Amino acid sequence: MCPEEELQSNVSVASSSPTSNCISRNTAGGGLKEHNYLGLSDCSSVGSSTLSGLAEDDKATISLKATELTLGLPGPQSPARDTDLNLLSPAKLDEKTFFPLLPSKDEICSSSQKNIALGNKRGFSDAMDQFSEAKSSVYTEKNWMFPEVAATQSVTKKEVPQNIPKGQSITTNNSSSPPAAKAQIVGWPPVRSYRKNTLATTCKNSDEVDGKPGSGALFVKVSMDGAPYLRKVDLRSYTNYGELSSALEKMFTTFTLGQCGTNGATGKDMLSETKLKDLLNGKDYVLTYEDKDGDWMLVGDVPWEMFIDVCKKLKIMKGCDAIGLAAAPRAMEKSKMRA
Amino acid sequence: MNYFPDEVIEHVFDFVTSQRDRNAISLVCKSWYKIERYSRQRVFIGNCYAINPERLLGRFPCLRSLTLKGKPHFADFNLVPHEWGGFVQPWIEALARSRLGLEELRLKRMVVTDVSLELLSRSFPNFKSLVLVSCEGFTTDGLASIAANCRHLRDLDLQENEIDDHRGQWLSCFPDTCTTLVTLNFACLEGETNLVALERLVARSPNLKSLKLNRAVPLDALARLMVCAPQIVDLGVGSYENDPDSESYLKLQAAIKKCTSLKRLSGFLEASPHCLSAFHPICHNLTSLNLSYAAEIHGSHLIKLIQHCKKLQRLWILDSIGDKGLAVVASTCKELQELRVFPTDLLGGGNTAVTEDGLVAISAGCPKLHSILYFCQQMTNAALITVAKNCPNFIRFRLCILEPNKPDHVTSQPLDEGFGAIVQACKNLRRLSLSGLLTDQVFQYIGMYATQLEMLSIAFAGDTDKGMLYVLNGCKKMRKLEIRDSPFGDTALLADVNKYQTMRSLWMSSCEVTLGGCKRLAQKAPWLNVEIINENDNNRMEENGHEGRQKVDKLYLYRTVVGTRTDAPPFVWIL
Repeated sequence: MCPEEELQSNVSVASSSPTSNCISRNTAGGGLKEHNYLGLSDCSSVGSSTLSGLAEDDKATISLKATELTLGLPGPQSPARDTDLNLLSPAKLDEKTFFPLLPSKDEICSSSQKNIALGNKRGFSDAMDQFSEAKSSVYTEKNWMFPEVAATQSVTKKEVPQNIPKGQSITTNNSSSPPAAKAQIVGWPPVRSYRKNTLATTCKNSDEVDGKPGSGALFVKVSMDGAPYLRKVDLRSYTNYGELSSALEKMFTTFTLGQCGTNGATGKDMLSETKLKDLLNGKDYVLTYEDKDGDWMLVGDVPWEMFIDVCKKLKIMKGCDAIGLAAAPRAMEKSKMRA
Repeated sequence: MNYFPDEVIEHVFDFVTSQRDRNAISLVCKSWYKIERYSRQRVFIGNCYAINPERLLGRFPCLRSLTLKGKPHFADFNLVPHEWGGFVQPWIEALARSRLGLEELRLKRMVVTDVSLELLSRSFPNFKSLVLVSCEGFTTDGLASIAANCRHLRDLDLQENEIDDHRGQWLSCFPDTCTTLVTLNFACLEGETNLVALERLVARSPNLKSLKLNRAVPLDALARLMVCAPQIVDLGVGSYENDPDSESYLKLQAAIKKCTSLKRLSGFLEASPHCLSAFHPICHNLTSLNLSYAAEIHGSHLIKLIQHCKKLQRLWILDSIGDKGLAVVASTCKELQELRVFPTDLLGGGNTAVTEDGLVAISAGCPKLHSILYFCQQMTNAALITVAKNCPNFIRFRLCILEPNKPDHVTSQPLDEGFGAIVQACKNLRRLSLSGLLTDQVFQYIGMYATQLEMLSIAFAGDTDKGMLYVLNGCKKMRKLEIRDSPFGDTALLADVNKYQTMRSLWMSSCEVTLGGCKRLAQKAPWLNVEIINENDNNRMEENGHEGRQKVDKLYLYRTVVGTRTDAPPFVWIL
């Protein structure tokens, strides 16, 4: 698909497949556009000719499509994994032209190895060293994501420290890097998640449509049967179930692999893809969520928009434990009641 | 004093309430130490791992009020994993076993469970006051046990906690005999509230002074509540959406007029701004206004409200107020002491946020200002120098320029001179948070001038170890130092190990300290807990042969008298 490849090369680092997938799914006929989730046209002009921001209408269209398309958990494809290829090719890393927002630290902009005083961390150079999954300790606002994805994001957002993206439905951490894209730095700006969540809820509930959606993060806890500790994810940083699913897979990889270690996969092999896919997507585990009424439901039965509206908690359950859970008909009923 | 019987000395000590003062008098002589410890009623523990409950009770057997803090400050910003620690359960168990007459418990950044709350509610018959700030791990079921079992409950104050709302009936668990409530704050609950139970509770609480409602309490309920509680001093409005012509709104207007004691106003989690005028009649009494969660109140409605608040001492607001709004604040609120301006747009997209002009206006207009937290898009050295001249009385100065490393937007210089002016002018500065482009120079200023500084937060700043060394050498009163994403490494960390004995804690994340450096520190200072938090690399730290040079992502060290803690999760490695 030529346009996509072209897009990828222009976008360089951030052209992880989720984005491409999104784009390929969602652009109806018109030319491919960057997911400029900031929608700002007054950002740096460099490269902007190839990376145009999305018009508001397009965003709406795309978000609509996003809700239509993803019913039920997506198939086994975990596109984010392909980003490893992107990570390791230095040629992609010319973000300097895309992030001219640090005028006084030009030398840092051009050097891909220096991490001092910038949003992102050693994890990036680790990624370059091809030890990404092992060494990277990069965190993103999504918290505790595993190195491949984390390093992807560090690559994307390396130079320019980012603030948390607004809570638009099509926002994705793996999105392309238009000039205005700011990297996501965990814990910056220093605002409590309680505050972020509260303001986000207010904005979500308000009827005003002033083109300025809520202040971004919507953290929910994710637990997994058998895992020693739980994680948190920002639901607003995904745009569909596929991304959420990939992110969770990566997050809980060590736990599942620890358990299937006896199956022959080595404990250190963090990329046992087929096993993982099987584990999470079909056979052994299901993703469930607790909704506003306190009921546990299977993830994937309602449109994404509705899902992030009602989801309070996530849990990765063993398939056998999840048998009694609400299946699609009831979930749709509930959502109709709410509408 | 030696000629006075102990009871007299004890009586004198009763007037000494500050913990620091009491710590001081306990050092005078053995006799005073003994008298002081038996008469000590309130203890504040800034780091729950610095001491354990057994030793606490050993020294202060007559404790009535305990304040505990758990996780380090940067946990607020997701830098500390959830399971790191800070569990209150062992404390409550120990206090319960000792049959202490505990009356008050205040917790911040701790993990509290329903089990803990239940145990708390059953173990202390005189328990009166529970204040939980930024805690997590419990549900409304835990609140139900507190409501049901604490017969003399006075304060239930839940501030910004993460509470699992089971939509149960915890409010109806307050027995009909409970009439002692003074504070009821459940604004952070996300679920529905039993309005009938709430109204009955408020109606039978004649001493209720502070009531903060959650989002699920609508305006008509608010009207009824205010009719029941005209003595209210501190009100947190939940939902404030209504039609200005409706009957409940008229009722509300009438009720508000009767609340002549109302001094503090907050909430407005959902709000129709044009209904704000109902509060105008009492605005002239307000000393504290927190609209930092009221995302829907801005523009002229906000300004009109503020213009009535001439006695305001504390204002927490969103940056949608803009520089112009801050100018109104500066000209109206001459009594202002504390200002916090929070960001609405976390992207820094350049919308109606505030700039250095707003800060300068406030500093010029509010002579009593001593505490500020200011999120903004841009700053200049000139502005900071002006602010320093206008307000030499700052005790707390926290500036957060949303974009890291941003220089003076006019001169493109680092902001060293601006912050330097602040520390030089504000001789009583106790807390400082830095942001923007900063070199080692700013730290030299801080080391030279910030003699009273107790807490310093550094992010994306400095060039070399010298920066951190300036601070460690210069700030004799430093207690909490937290650093992220700055190029300070082992040299600075190890330069003066004994310094950490005088501090509560040090946090360093994404800096240049190595595992080898941390190990050397731990060896030299057995009275320190040196914690390495390393989530994604559970095993790597041990295996890599080059561990000496391996960088540590998160380091948290703190002095302690009870050694290594035993409740650390696997990803926390205590050296």
